[in-house]
Order: sequence, then C-alpha cells, then structure tokens
Amino acid sequence: MSVIYVDNNATTQIDPIVLEQMLPFLKDGYGNPSSMHTFGGNITSHINTARGRVAALLGVSDSSEIIFTSCGTESDNAAIYSALAAFPDKRHIITSQVEHPAVKNVFDYYEEKGYRITRISVNRKGRLNLDELKESIDDETAIVSIMYANNETGVIFPIEEIGSIVKEKGALFHTDAVQAVGKIPLNMNKSTVDMLSLSGHKLHAPKGVGALYVRKGTPFHAFMIGGHQEHGRRGGTENVASIIGLGKACEIAAQYIDDENTRVRIMRDKLEDAILSSVAHTFINGDRNERLPNTSNISFEYIEGEAILLMLDKYGICASSGSACTSGSLEPSHVMRAMGVPYTAAHGSIRFSLSRFNTDNDINFIIEKLPAIIEKLRNISLFDEKKVY
Amino acid sequence: MWDYTEKVKDHFLNPRNVGEIVNPDAVGEIGNIRCGDALRLSLKIDDNKRIVDAKFKTFGCASAIASSSALTELIKGLTLDEALKISNNDIAEYLGGLPEEKMHCSVMGQEALEKAINSYRGIKTDETEEDKQGNIVCKCFGVTDSKIKRVVMENNLKTVDEVTNYCKAGGACGSCHDEIEKIIRDVHKIKSEKDQEQEEIRQGKKKLTNIRKIQLIQETIDHAIKPALRHADGDLELVDVDGDKVYIRLKGACSSCRSAGMTLKGYIEKTLRDSVIDTLEVIQEKS
Repeated sequence: MSVIYVDNNATTQIDPIVLEQMLPFLKDGYGNPSSMHTFGGNITSHINTARGRVAALLGVSDSSEIIFTSCGTESDNAAIYSALAAFPDKRHIITSQVEHPAVKNVFDYYEEKGYRITRISVNRKGRLNLDELKESIDDETAIVSIMYANNETGVIFPIEEIGSIVKEKGALFHTDAVQAVGKIPLNMNKSTVDMLSLSGHKLHAPKGVGALYVRKGTPFHAFMIGGHQEHGRRGGTENVASIIGLGKACEIAAQYIDDENTRVRIMRDKLEDAILSSVAHTFINGDRNERLPNTSNISFEYIEGEAILLMLDKYGICASSGSACTSGSLEPSHVMRAMGVPYTAAHGSIRFSLSRFNTDNDINFIIEKLPAIIEKLRNISLFDEKKVY
Repeated sequence: MWDYTEKVKDHFLNPRNVGEIVNPDAVGEIGNIRCGDALRLSLKIDDNKRIVDAKFKTFGCASAIASSSALTELIKGLTLDEALKISNNDIAEYLGGLPEEKMHCSVMGQEALEKAINSYRGIKTDETEEDKQGNIVCKCFGVTDSKIKRVVMENNLKTVDEVTNYCKAGGACGSCHDEIEKIIRDVHKIKSEKDQEQEEIRQGKKKLTNIRKIQLIQETIDHAIKPALRHADGDLELVDVDGDKVYIRLKGACSSCRSAGMTLKGYIEKTLRDSVIDTLEVIQEKS
C-alpha cells in the first residue's frame, strides 16, 4: 500500500538532494570542525556555507546571526531563557493562547517560578486579539513570544504589527516560526523580530537540527553552556551532517517558495473545496485568507477525530487530529478550545498539511475516499444535527 | 499511535450491531459530546427477561466504538441478571485488552448496560444509583466520588493516572487530584504520611512547628487551592502567617469577584483548616 502523506506540519520527508549532500559527512567527512588539523577544520567552511543558506532563506544579510541548535524546541527554549536572563528584573511575559508546547510549556514553567504571564486570546477564526497585547505590555515585560503561524490551523499572525507594539515598550520579540519557514517568504532584514526559531525536519531536512536567528545587538545568554562552538552561544559539537542538510534544505526551500504558494496552495484549496461540497456539516477552522498555503484544518461535526484518522490510515492516508483521543489527554487541543470551536466539532477536527512532494493524485485519492469514511462514522454516531447536547 | 489489538481493529472497522432497535424495551445512554465519547444502547428483552437483541450508536474513538460493539456481542442471549454481571474488564478482555488510557471506553459500555437494565426495571433512568448518592469530585468530567470508589475497587487501581484512564476523573484541570488520591487511600485503607502527621498533631502527640505550619499552608495553596481558583481564572498569593492568622491576597478574576468573600471563608479557609490545623483564620490583604 502506498502512503499518501499529508501530515507535513508534523514532519516532512527528507529531500533526496538534501540526503545526498549529507552523506559524505556521515562517511569520510567525519572530522570535528573544532580540530586544529585540516581534516577536521575544513568542515567549518561547509557549516558556514549552510549558515549562509539558512540566512538567505530568512532574508538575513549577516549570517553570524544564525545559531545552529538541535531542534525547534531547543531554539524556543534558548530564546526565552536568554531574554529572561538578559532582563532579570523584568518579570512579565506575553505570549498567545495557541502556542506550540515548545513555547507554551516553557512559560507554564516560568509561571510556576513566579513570572506573570499574559496569554493573548484568539477569536473564532484563530486571529489574535491585539488589543490585549497593547493593554498588557508594560515596562516589566521581558519578552513577547508569539508564533509566526499556527501549527494546527496554519493561521499566520501579523508579526510586524506585533513587533512594532513590542518595540515601543523595549521588550524583546521572539517568534516561533517553525511552521512558517520555507512555506512563506520571510525578510528579517526589514523586520521587528529579535529572535526567530526554525526546525529542520519541517522543511525537508532531517530531524535533530534547528536554528535560532538572533538579531545583532540583541543581548544573548547561552542556553547550552559548553565549548566555544557557535561563538560560545551554543555549546556542543556540531551535528555536522544535519547542519549541512538544513543548509541545503533552506536553499531548495527558497527556490520552491513560489511553488509552495501556487501549486501547493491550489492542491490544498482543491482538497478543501471538494470536502466542503461533498460532506455536509463540515467547516474550516482558521482564517482562510491569512493562512499558510499548505495547511487545512477541517471539522467534521458529530464524529471523533481518532476514528477518522484510523479509517484514513487503512488507505495509507496520513493526517492528524486535534481530538482528545489522539493527544492522549482527555480534552481537545488547546488551540481548538482557545478558538471556541464547539465540542461537537473540536473532537472531529482533522488537519491535512501538504508539501511540494504531494501530487494531484494524492489529493484526488483523499477526495475519493473521505466522504464514505465520514458517512460510515456518522452512521455509528448517536449525534447529528437534531441531537446534540 | 495507540497499540490496538487485531480484535479492537476488527470491531472498529466492522462494528457489530450498529443502529437502534425500533420500539426497544430498554435504552441506556451515557456520556456527552463534550467529554468526547457517548454511547446509546438499545435492547429487546423477551418475556423470560432475556436480551434477544442489542444495538448501539457511539460517538467516540476507535476503542469506544469497538467496546460498544463488543458489549452488544457479549450480552446478546443473556438474562438481565447475567448481563448485569458483565464488568468493564469482561469487555476489555473480549477485545484482547485495551490500552490503559482507553479503559474508560470499556467502563462506558458497562455503564450504558447498567443504565438500560435499570430503566427497564423502573429505576430512575437519568441517574444511576451511584451518581445520585455521590458528590462530584471531578468537575471537568462530572465524575462522582462513588464512581471513583467503584472503579478503584473493581480494578484495584493505585494511582491518580490509573483512575483517569478508567473514568476520566482528574484528566483535565487537575484540581481534584488530591481528592482522588484520598479516595484511593480510603479504599485501600492506606494512610498518607501527611494524614498521619495531622492525626498526631490533633491528638497532641506531635507539635506543629511554625516552619512546618507555613510549609503546609504553602503546599496546600500551591497544590489544592490555586489549581481550583485557576479554574475560574482566579489566583492568590500567600502574604504572611502570624500565629494562626493567614494573610492572603486574591488575584486575577478573584480580586474583583463579588463572591470572593465566600470563596475566602467557605473554600480557602476550610481547605487550609482541613489540611493544616483547624484553628487557622484566613484574612484578606487588600491589594
């Protein structure tokens, strides 16, 4: 059975060209870039090439502003830790209600430690209520951390508008851009963002590598303390092959960003339109206009997400859900709840996230199989539009 | 991904007895859409009080659907008395086992059956005996102490996590974890070190030092009171302890809430007295 992979916000396939570029560094090119000998030392230039490629994708002109890390979560932790260490007297943090756990749970931890946290709410379309930012930001605010685009709905936040509010008050501005990088054009040269996190495996590089952009002049305190790697900003011997892979993946992403915004978007829209027209009691979660081109979050009312996923799985279709049962918790995802998606629909939300490796055939296959799955589960369900409580 | 047995997968993909019996003799419905699973069981019962047909409709995940399907297969042909002996474990066993986190699906099946039979026998249908007698412990999922006691006893549960897996109690905000722990200890007749300490203090066998008193007050605030207040977007801060006087400051929604006075005396003071010493007096510092 072939796999129809539409779960690219969870992780992506390594681009074969990326893998090819990495392999030499897992074979003969195993040297340590910190070594004095040529065999190891030569690796440094390859890492710096990768650094330049990451910088280019982000619209960063000075590549020393890029720090390689082990993943998006580490980048988020490092940015937050650094900001709080830089301003020990500022005890207030602003974030949103819909962050990824890599940010959300870090702030929950700091709240336990006595920090005051403001979590900006979102409306039914998943858009931030920016008035809450304006009202809550003050001289005590150390960091504002708001994601670039939401992983569940794909909704893109007005980062520059947020940044200009943040800058007025002198707080640091971090954005978790793990879902945005490679999918929409970014330009850090003309941005108010101080720090930005990205992750390799979301853009066709391998797992276990990420990066943190830190604007020059931003105070920085190392999260991983160790050797002098990354100019002392991130200790630990470099994950050379994966860094090379991330560099190549960023270079390719830059080439394909138009494709992402046209071909991928067209496939996504086709999938959505077909599902909405063929399956009743179905709606899109998140603002359809301000959205990543690859993401679609659809609620199927009166049925439960895990059941839908397992029926899709039978056909090799890989998607994900915000239902309680899939998360291992007993409540639907915090994003669906923050948006006020009714329980009749939150439990039945399914996320399809595409990539440039998807084809029209994939989309047609899903469109062909999905309606019968929904119908079957609705026949089993005791809820319908007449009976909901 | 959940590790479902082949039998669970089979009963999910090919569920038996889906639907509703026309003119049923008994119906049992349990759960609601907020909780993420719900089941309606309808039965046809003959003159000998034997279940001749059973059908179900279920909203829920794969294991909820499979558990419902298994339930209907298990009970067909049984007398009502025999059917009442079916436990949640029988349903899980029939399916070759369920992941621990999904055991509540089998409990749901057992409860729907009990409700259906109770309704047939003229026992009030909208609440089981258990719910009527019990007090709500888990507010998020509306689970009573008697239901928690029952799953703890029947399945020999030892931890809060296990209780959550079997009946959902404690699975959301977490403010009832202490209470669930207490129920587990009561059922197994285990005393916690803290209870032991409290008892010794009450009996005058042990002196409550100032340091220990403040520690206990802070612990109670952090682990019991704060989580409960946060449920209503409220918060509080311990300002000072002077003898038996506990000075606190209400924050968040509590600071402007009209019923804060009641919360203060009725809930905060009572909770602190119950878990530290019953001479405590809580005084609100105005911010």
